[in-house]
Amino acid sequence: MKLLALAARRLAASLPALLLILIGLFLLLQLAPGDTVDALMAQMGGGDAAIAADLRRFYGLDLSVTARLGAYLWRLVTLDLGFSAIYGKPVASVILERLPATLLLMMSALFFAFSFGMALGVVAARRVNQWPDTLISTLGLIFYATPSFWFGLMAIVVFSVYLQWLPAGGFGDVAMGYTGWAAIWDTATYLVLPVLTLALIFLAIALRIMRASMLEVQGMDFVRTARAKGLSETRIVARHVLRNALLPMVTLIGLQAGTMLGGSVVVESVFTLPGLGRLAYESVVQRDLNTLLGIVFVSALLVIAVNFVVDLLYARLDPRIAG
Amino acid sequence: MRALRAFLHNPVAVAGAVLLGAVVLMALVAPLVFPGDPLGLAGRPLQWPGANPRFWLGTDPSGRDIAAQLFHGARISLLIGGTATVIAVVIGIVFGALAGFYGGVVDTVLMRVTEAFQTLPNFLLLLVLVAVFGSDLMTVVIAIGVVAWPPVARLTRAEFLTLRERDYVAAGRMQGLSDAHLIFREVLPNALPPVIVYASVVMAVAILLESALAFLQLSDPNVPSWGNLIGLGRTVLRSEWYVSAIPGVAILLAILGVSLVGQGLNDALNPRLASR
Amino acid sequence: MLRVESLSVSLPPTADRALALDGVTFDLSAGEILCVVGESGSGKSVTASAIMGLLAPGLAVVAGEISLGGVVLRGDAWRALRGRRIGMVFQEPMTALNPLMRVGTQIAEMWRVHTDLGRAEIAARSLRALEEVGLPDPQGALRAYPHQLSGGQRQRVMIAMALALEPEVLICDEPTTALDVTTQAQVLTLIRELQKRRGTAVLFITHDFGVVAEIADRVAVMQRGVIVEQGAAADVLETPQHPYTRALLAAVPALQAPPPRVLNDERVLEIEGLVKTYGARGMLRRRQPVRALDDVSLMLRAGSTLGVVGESGSGKSTLARCVAGMLRADAGLIRVAGEPMPKGRRAAARLVQMVFQDPYASLNPRRRVGEQVAQGPMALGTPRGQAMSEARALFELVGLDAEAVSRFPHEFSGGQRQRIGIARALAMKPRVLVADEPVSALDVSVQAQVLALLRDLQARLGLSILFITHDLRVAAQICDDVAVMQRGVVVEHGPVGTVFAAPKHPYTRSLLASVPGRAKVGA
Repeated sequence: MKLLALAARRLAASLPALLLILIGLFLLLQLAPGDTVDALMAQMGGGDAAIAADLRRFYGLDLSVTARLGAYLWRLVTLDLGFSAIYGKPVASVILERLPATLLLMMSALFFAFSFGMALGVVAARRVNQWPDTLISTLGLIFYATPSFWFGLMAIVVFSVYLQWLPAGGFGDVAMGYTGWAAIWDTATYLVLPVLTLALIFLAIALRIMRASMLEVQGMDFVRTARAKGLSETRIVARHVLRNALLPMVTLIGLQAGTMLGGSVVVESVFTLPGLGRLAYESVVQRDLNTLLGIVFVSALLVIAVNFVVDLLYARLDPRIAG
Repeated sequence: MRALRAFLHNPVAVAGAVLLGAVVLMALVAPLVFPGDPLGLAGRPLQWPGANPRFWLGTDPSGRDIAAQLFHGARISLLIGGTATVIAVVIGIVFGALAGFYGGVVDTVLMRVTEAFQTLPNFLLLLVLVAVFGSDLMTVVIAIGVVAWPPVARLTRAEFLTLRERDYVAAGRMQGLSDAHLIFREVLPNALPPVIVYASVVMAVAILLESALAFLQLSDPNVPSWGNLIGLGRTVLRSEWYVSAIPGVAILLAILGVSLVGQGLNDALNPRLASR
Repeated sequence: MLRVESLSVSLPPTADRALALDGVTFDLSAGEILCVVGESGSGKSVTASAIMGLLAPGLAVVAGEISLGGVVLRGDAWRALRGRRIGMVFQEPMTALNPLMRVGTQIAEMWRVHTDLGRAEIAARSLRALEEVGLPDPQGALRAYPHQLSGGQRQRVMIAMALALEPEVLICDEPTTALDVTTQAQVLTLIRELQKRRGTAVLFITHDFGVVAEIADRVAVMQRGVIVEQGAAADVLETPQHPYTRALLAAVPALQAPPPRVLNDERVLEIEGLVKTYGARGMLRRRQPVRALDDVSLMLRAGSTLGVVGESGSGKSTLARCVAGMLRADAGLIRVAGEPMPKGRRAAARLVQMVFQDPYASLNPRRRVGEQVAQGPMALGTPRGQAMSEARALFELVGLDAEAVSRFPHEFSGGQRQRIGIARALAMKPRVLVADEPVSALDVSVQAQVLALLRDLQARLGLSILFITHDLRVAAQICDDVAVMQRGVVVEHGPVGTVFAAPKHPYTRSLLASVPGRAKVGA
């Protein structure tokens, strides 16, 4: 029950931020030179002012800023994200089509970065200042400094062009009509490089945090108590240090969820994946502002959702939170 | 002084300073070594590195000298990294200091704004800003600064929250000192070291954000940015992969330098926390 | 049983001396309690960790040996002994237990690791262990997480855990220093009882001669890594041989107050019906509101010292912070020199100043100490030159070199910093000086010097002091009047000699009865 109350409290606390985002973005987009109709007219190869005015009325662009903001917020409450002029579909359905690819990519990358970051961080901390630590820490620094899109391109050159082990882009070979395990295996081969690319920097951050956290916890009083109890080093690490050291890692997931979504824009465009990030990029290029606002809204919801799960997880791990 | 000596005795810090120094040197000598317009046509397109002694790093698909773009690109990366970092750090310190020092309603309001910025994926926000305000260099720099400040604000706030409870701040209050004196002379100097260290992270993030934007061809097309060149190389990736590879190595080394300097600063300014 | 022979431990090269321990030799036999006593930096805690084989990184044994039951301890053999034959209890009960693991699991680990007992047997033994150390609800404590227990309860858990496998030797490293005086008395009694019942040999590290008098069979006095004197407790306490031991014993304040001074009747500080409640606010966050001050009324006479004594949670620090203007009370009135406390920061600065507890947190590490003393008068309009020369004069007044004004805090010892804190407060020429545990963080000899300084300054400048302390010995020596607080209420007040000689309230009586070594030390 306490956990539930905590969850409700955290969720309520994120509402003001969400509202601020929406108002801020909406006002920001008012400053944009040109609107959807301009973009549409340009795509149609020009047209006269009367048609433009009609179109504006049709999309509700002739109303005052506050009226449109009010209308927009109200529609969001009813989960209506508006209509995409470019795709000729409701924004919600455009986003829904693209969401699974991004979610799959993000979750896989998060899982990979977290688990390997944890393992490497533990090894480095156990062998602090010896060669495994030096090697892992150096690798971490290099991973951190590598631009993800460049790593993606180089991975394509090596694994797709020269070795031809993995596909260079796309998301599953629909023409082959795979089903069952074959389809999963097929998708997995398409996911390997994008996931590695997206995960790289988070792996670097995670291993650094885990190493630092392990070192800090190893110096704490209760670890000295565990030693005084005569426990073996393995047991001390497994039973006492690890769980305490994991707490900052859990916080890290919440902090990095947004960055990861941002990173998916670049990664999806390198590997031509049909995801939310690529959609964001396309709608910037095509000035499809309704869709862009929708994506930002959905991303914010995603980040809030991830943070919500992280809060619950943290409260599960740390009895001091839930009381 | 003690911090400087510690910094110079730290091999990690020195390695970082050397890397960063090399990038600064590239930026400084760029107009001397490559006096012409780095984006001007120089020769036959897509010559491999070493194939023509005039272009020791080869030419790109538009026949421009890659080495020239690399040197001039160093100026852009440093300009963007430096300016955006200053913007982000200044906004972050102002927000964090006010929120942490005053607490209460001020803190709640400022932290809600910070949360709003943190809830938005920062690259997505950058896309929106660039879409709205255009993509000339100054706009991109400001946009990156505006996107990168929230962690600085959180860090500063956390420092202020602990430091404002220190007895010497209470003593200052009882001595009748003004809030400005307390903030600038008593709290800020003690809060600054971790923020300075974090500035290196902001700088690395700023350089990465710009190069990613340029890679998507959404940054200023009229300046020789490393990211831009990687984006151009994409079209010929399957055969002339060197066009993308070379500027990527430059970005990697620059960010490595910034990170190592940051780590060195951390070890020097917070000796207690130094792990090696 | 346990034998430590000419043990030397080296410090890292950056330390102020080469050896943490220099030729330390002593024996500990079954059934006796040996107290190792000394001030901070004497090496007493290093001795304890060396015996456990848990020296901090950077420290190393360079000579000598430790043997248990005739077998020399070294290397891997140590781990098998820890917990099984040597148990240890640490100083900080708040951090010594794993915060994420239930208390029961942490105790059970002792048998799980060292024996082949089954689950049910371990559970039964865990319960019995907690019953033995006198926890009020042993069943509940097994299921609790450490943060749900009080400091005293956690220390009982630590003792239960250390004694779980009935080790021959128990090492206690300042186990009661972080505890309130009544809890300390209970824990000391517990250790004494368990040790008698089982015949355990106890090595007890402490800085407090009162505790020594309470519990020790034998005493070893340490100074800068060397044992300067050891012998039977009664001999060392009554006829100390070494000058250092004598100085330490002389510095322990007596619990008996000196004869009362003649005080004038001018009231410089009046506190009427002060109320302060914590933690009642917040819509979603429900917490039990705590009454830190419940209708507190007190009066301080000009030129005198009013002591406020009590344990943690009594509200004495809240009272100090309210008087100092750092906290606003919910109700009640504070009058200084007949006028209600002004709201403005500058107006209040001339009336009340404060000396803080922690000498390391009360000075800004990045500014010269002279500046920190002079900045107050400067903020109120004193020209810089005059403020700085006043600061130099104040430095001499509190017994520091006037030239020291241009140094930074890290160049001073704890006692010197406390002097600077006093100078900073006096620079404002306040009507009332609030001293919040000003000597609690100091070693006993330094503590005596700072107390002497305060008394001297009071005589010379006619200071009126509100003195907050948990230490009844200190209160007896420095206060004219004393107020005893318990859970936000003043349960008893009056002249310190009267209150301490003939306490009326049962709480005052139990506080006085809990002062360690009251019959033997500093009497």
